[in-house]
Amino acid sequence: MDALGLLRPGASVSGLPAAHTPGAATGFALGDHAGRAQAAPAAEPGVVASTASGPLQRRFQPYQNNGGTVLAVAGKGFCVVASDTRLGLGYSIPSRKVSRILKMTDKVVLASSGMQADMLTLHKTLRMRLVQYQQTHQKHMSLTAASQMLSNMLYTRRFFPYYTFNVLGGIDENGEGWAYGYDAIGSHEKVSAVCSGTGQTLIQPVLDNQIEFKQQWGAPKVDLSLEATVELIRDAFTSAGERDIYTGDFVEICKITKDGVDVEEFQLKLD
Amino acid sequence: MSGLRLTEGSRGLAASVAVEGAPLTRTQVPYVTGSSVLGMKCADGVVIACDTMASYGTLARFKSLSRMHQVSPNCILGVGGDYSDFQQLQTMVDAEMTAQYVANDGLTLSPKAIHSFLARHMYHRRCKVDPLWNTVIVAGFDKGEGVLSLVDLFGTAFSSDVLATGFGLHLGLPLLRNAHRPDITVAEAKGVLEDILKVLFYRDARTNDVVQLASVTAAGVEIGKMTKLKTEWGYKSFVEGARVGDDSSW
Repeated sequence: MDALGLLRPGASVSGLPAAHTPGAATGFALGDHAGRAQAAPAAEPGVVASTASGPLQRRFQPYQNNGGTVLAVAGKGFCVVASDTRLGLGYSIPSRKVSRILKMTDKVVLASSGMQADMLTLHKTLRMRLVQYQQTHQKHMSLTAASQMLSNMLYTRRFFPYYTFNVLGGIDENGEGWAYGYDAIGSHEKVSAVCSGTGQTLIQPVLDNQIEFKQQWGAPKVDLSLEATVELIRDAFTSAGERDIYTGDFVEICKITKDGVDVEEFQLKLD
Repeated sequence: MSGLRLTEGSRGLAASVAVEGAPLTRTQVPYVTGSSVLGMKCADGVVIACDTMASYGTLARFKSLSRMHQVSPNCILGVGGDYSDFQQLQTMVDAEMTAQYVANDGLTLSPKAIHSFLARHMYHRRCKVDPLWNTVIVAGFDKGEGVLSLVDLFGTAFSSDVLATGFGLHLGLPLLRNAHRPDITVAEAKGVLEDILKVLFYRDARTNDVVQLASVTAAGVEIGKMTKLKTEWGYKSFVEGARVGDDSSW
């Protein structure tokens, strides 16, 4: 199954929309064994007809992409983590306001896109581990510790991964802002700006250009202020929302400084 | 050995069907299914609504089944998807509520906790690749505020002012979003939901015209009787066809 198949609502045999009313279309294809591979369209999200020879079986697919774009930008003494709040499913928007952000400590914020159910589970487990850590060591987890824990937690599911794409941002022990980008199984990289999710291809090159001054040969590198960074992030999300159907509705922007986390909300188009 | 080998699975005999030479996979297909559930949060409570049909594929198999379940004095479920999985869910939630009661510690599960409990269970089952094929809407009223949340077969879980499942996600949710106001009352919302069920009955082929509305307010749960929708079939587009003389796209 191609990656896009996860995003595309299946059209049933009878042409019904991929309503979550399973069984509506072809619940009884078991006897329809022609002994050859049949290219049957998936009847609804989460189901695919097996292409193996033998009886035609519809199988549950445990993964789903609910879309969303997350990013983290680090600056001098601050870090900004942001995510839109749209929950997408095929061509539908089941909800316009589902947060993808976990405030891990006063100095560390995580944002995750991908499959909402996996994100929820990951965030719940992380929150539990943060409390355990705090109560065991009588201190809050540092950014570096949190970044490693997230990687380890993702890797524990190496062979049935969390379908989540995470960015972590915050202030480290030296008061410096940093961003961390992850893949679904825990490989990670410490950077100054990273974007993940369905809008990644639209936003990441802009961050490379505006934060790291990539492709700007000879141009002096200047550090963006917190305000300028937030402005850039607003523009980035507005633009991604124009072209990516899984990004929209609202953006939550978390500004992390030594004084804590300040969250602001920004409206995107609802279309 | 014959081509089909039946093995004992977690759901009894024939839960797993193996084909010789192929890896053993669970065949999980929803059979008897319910369609949409609608929900709206109001100023004074929450309203949910659904029709009462359970289909067997394209067959309208059962035409007066309730798809609602009261869990506690201030919490109800509205369920779409596989009906037998819904019944298992009922048994499981009731067992949990009984276990809480038997503990005799004065504690019970809040609507939010019931939603979380269901979400964890649904996620657990999807991880076993043996899901409960349902979308559940949890409606409750706690600490002076309405609770309206959803869980699906993947364990996706969230809360919203308006919710719809099944065909209602396509045809009902935009109407719900149009109709919703923060100050809408339960009485008004019931009218809105009934209207939307009517639209769904006209266009969703897996729906019938016998519907059920339920509300949760400070006064508790009220699951309404099954009532027949008053339908109108004389509309021009119904009689002459949708494309005759109008500019609609379908």
